[in-house]
Amino acid sequence: MSAPVITEAQLRDRFLSVPFARFLNIDLELRGDELTIVMPYREDLIGNVLLPALHGGTLGALLELVAVATVTLKQGDAQLPKTIDITIDYLRSGRPVDTYARAKVTRLGRRIASVHAEAWQHERSDPIAALNGHFLLTQADS
Amino acid sequence: MSDIPMPPSAVQVVQVMVSATPYARALGFEVTAVGDSRVTMRTPYRADLIGDPETGVIAGGVITALLDHVAGASVMAAMKERQSIATLDLRIDYLRAAEPGRDIFAEAHCYKVTRSVAFVRAVAFEDSPDNPVANATAAFMIASDGARKMGANTRPPR
Repeated sequence: MSAPVITEAQLRDRFLSVPFARFLNIDLELRGDELTIVMPYREDLIGNVLLPALHGGTLGALLELVAVATVTLKQGDAQLPKTIDITIDYLRSGRPVDTYARAKVTRLGRRIASVHAEAWQHERSDPIAALNGHFLLTQADS
Repeated sequence: MSDIPMPPSAVQVVQVMVSATPYARALGFEVTAVGDSRVTMRTPYRADLIGDPETGVIAGGVITALLDHVAGASVMAAMKERQSIATLDLRIDYLRAAEPGRDIFAEAHCYKVTRSVAFVRAVAFEDSPDNPVANATAAFMIASDGARKMGANTRPPR
């Protein structure tokens, strides 16, 4: 795999300017080729007020965002991939704290990328949710 | 004996699922129909929920949340007794981009409830479920909180 040709600043421009990313108040960090998206906790993200636990939809959105951003990183300068399908496993209830997510592009084909993403809070090795998804690559030249 | 409260109806339970859920309120979800094991909700089109600034298409993450929420609500509508539930898995096929400027509806049907798990099909659309934006299947754990008490998540994990 060639070195990424897209910088953290470019990824920020691309993703953090999206209204829904601003709504979730996410931030991203790129160290080498490792991209982490952070979703800071706030009360609006709660789905179960009694425990309290994050809404599954917030974790789904975070995982999809990190998957799309990681495909973009691997592709370099291309249009944003389109989500074809995602499957989300909810592994633990999300606590009212910050959540982190990273993704791995399992296969980058000519038209399709297969991606696995995980979200965690206290320990990276103990994910609270995971995503497997397929994304359509929209190359300008094909 | 008149002070014995009536058990809440499915409609009331589903309404509370929206009004008492901060994330559902933040996104502006509304219940539009409740039936026996079927629920329909709507999310209004809003500029701050756009996922593609070039086209104005609403973010996939909003549709994911709506499908998750309406699917959970259909489980609540289908259950004989009120129990806590939690999403186990959710699969979504994104069939096409949502039309910019339009509200999105999502309709869920909880077609099977067992002691521990409930199964749901759901679809998101603007006008008709026959022309879907996204299609979802989900499984939910029933009595998901087990012996966990109120505020359990405010303590760090073991």
